[in-house]
Amino acid sequence: MENKPILEIKNLVVEYRTDDGIVQALNGLDLSIQPGETHGLVGETGAGKTTAGLGILKLIPDPPGVVVDGEIYLDGKNVMVASDKEMESMRGYDVSMIFQDPMTSLNPVMTVEDQIAEVYELHEDISQADSLKKTHEILELVGIPAERGNEYPHQFSGGMKQRVVIAMALAGNPKLLIADEPTTALDVTIQAQVLGMMKDLKDKYNTAMLMITHDLGIVAEVCDKVSVIYAGRIVEQGNLVDIFDNTRHPYTEGLFNSLPNLADRTQKLKPIKGLMPDPSNLPTGCPFHPRCDYVMEICSKVKPPRVYRDGAHYVECHLYNEENIKKGGVIERD
Amino acid sequence: MEKIKPKIYKKKGPIVEVFLRLAKNKTAILGLIIVAILIIAALAAPFIFDYDDVIIKQNISNRLQSPSKDNWFGTDDLGRDIFARIVYGSRISLRVSFTAVAIALLIGGFLGAIGGYYGGMLDNIIMRFMDVFLAIPGTLFAITIAAALGNNIRNLIIALSISSIPGFARILRSSVITVRDVEFIEAARAIGANDARIILNHVIPNSLAPVIVHTTLNVATIILTIAGLSFLGLGIAPPAPEWGSMLSSGRTYLIGHSYITAFPGFAIMITILALNLLGDGLRDALDPRLK
Repeated sequence: MENKPILEIKNLVVEYRTDDGIVQALNGLDLSIQPGETHGLVGETGAGKTTAGLGILKLIPDPPGVVVDGEIYLDGKNVMVASDKEMESMRGYDVSMIFQDPMTSLNPVMTVEDQIAEVYELHEDISQADSLKKTHEILELVGIPAERGNEYPHQFSGGMKQRVVIAMALAGNPKLLIADEPTTALDVTIQAQVLGMMKDLKDKYNTAMLMITHDLGIVAEVCDKVSVIYAGRIVEQGNLVDIFDNTRHPYTEGLFNSLPNLADRTQKLKPIKGLMPDPSNLPTGCPFHPRCDYVMEICSKVKPPRVYRDGAHYVECHLYNEENIKKGGVIERD
Repeated sequence: MEKIKPKIYKKKGPIVEVFLRLAKNKTAILGLIIVAILIIAALAAPFIFDYDDVIIKQNISNRLQSPSKDNWFGTDDLGRDIFARIVYGSRISLRVSFTAVAIALLIGGFLGAIGGYYGGMLDNIIMRFMDVFLAIPGTLFAITIAAALGNNIRNLIIALSISSIPGFARILRSSVITVRDVEFIEAARAIGANDARIILNHVIPNSLAPVIVHTTLNVATIILTIAGLSFLGLGIAPPAPEWGSMLSSGRTYLIGHSYITAFPGFAIMITILALNLLGDGLRDALDPRLK
């Protein structure tokens, strides 16, 4: 049943080295995505989500970004040793990325169809007329009339722009699509439309997707597997049901508690106390311990080991060991 | 019931939009019209006036004539028609300034674009080199080149373009730096575009606005420098009809025959004014904050 994963990240460590100090963006990230699977990467601002996405494309700005350790395999190919030329032929074709803000991710002085056609010009040896024809097909696919292709991005609304961005990412028919908060800049009604469309297109082409988001609602809607990332490291990973129904890590629990409950408006929100730690000065031991409600003495001293609940679901937290992880809920310490 | 016809949304490219905004600015349009007239005059001059017969042939019997029906702007000390010489003179001013600016734009733009895009060591080397050129006054540099290599149009163009390169490099570099980190550049990289393609298709078209303004204003500066050098006898050599050298030759007759210097002076003034009006108008039209 286990296929060859389309993406495999092993122990990725990325640092941003600036004059003010070393920012540890990723501290040993492990992730693997099967073909056709949607994997949600959830975490707060600054947890290293976008860095992970850029790392897969080998687009981490250097300087100041340095990949210190780790391996990334994209469809079996080792990204870390690939040459610039090899990466260029992979980007947009084997893997592509949808960026966060559709307002700024389109070139304002190029028509929409020219920008999408660029994908075909770069990767396929076809005539201009053919690439334009394919561009019109993909525009129709994302719900934009083909005749609007010769307009400029500023003539499109935010939702339409995001559709164009998605069309651009899908044009090369990639095996893996990295979506970096694709709906954050859109209002809710458009969010639902765009998400539904992405889901349909993903199923149609059997594209694997890495959905980077901070919105647990989106995760519940589209993801098969979920990784919760905190301070550059995955603290809990599992299938969608594992994470939502068998939450183990106190941080994941905190994320759920931070969601407003529409049914019970009298209920008070329980946000996670404190802020994301300064990534240039991470706490020792478990990086979450200063904010954790269940903190123990060991938490500030030793990095928590990985404890598996089953084959797919694991947690990195001192609260758990092989015996007690199978029990329900977040373990209350005495 | 009458069916309401949907309003067709007119498609406008960025260039059309900039032009429409420019058209609202009356002084800029005045500048544009004057520049257009100058260019037409420069192109048409050889068909209207014969160079050997009218422009440089001396006609002593007809010297120092005041403006009249036959000689609109009068004649100079060698009996040549001043109007014809001014029209012909626009050819030299425009050709030299356009060529010099084009060379400076290409070289300076290239250096500025790669310096700004790649940054780091390469940028540092390029820009310190530019600083060295920037430290030499343009006119002085042109005088030096004219003195060292001889006094002809080619050397004049070389000198003027070299002294204009740093300006273009700095301006394109600074706007490339602001565009370089915008998300659509990252998006272009994410679809597999290489550096050359990103610079040419995405970075440069988005950094051009300040360069266009600078180009217009730089043409004006160079026309003024040419006139200044020719006035000193270091630019275009007589008998070629250059505005600056016409000013210079009329100097002796300033009292009594002031029109000899007045008209070339007007020509210079109006040209510079028109280019500056156009440049200022373009600056406003291209400013994204005013959109």
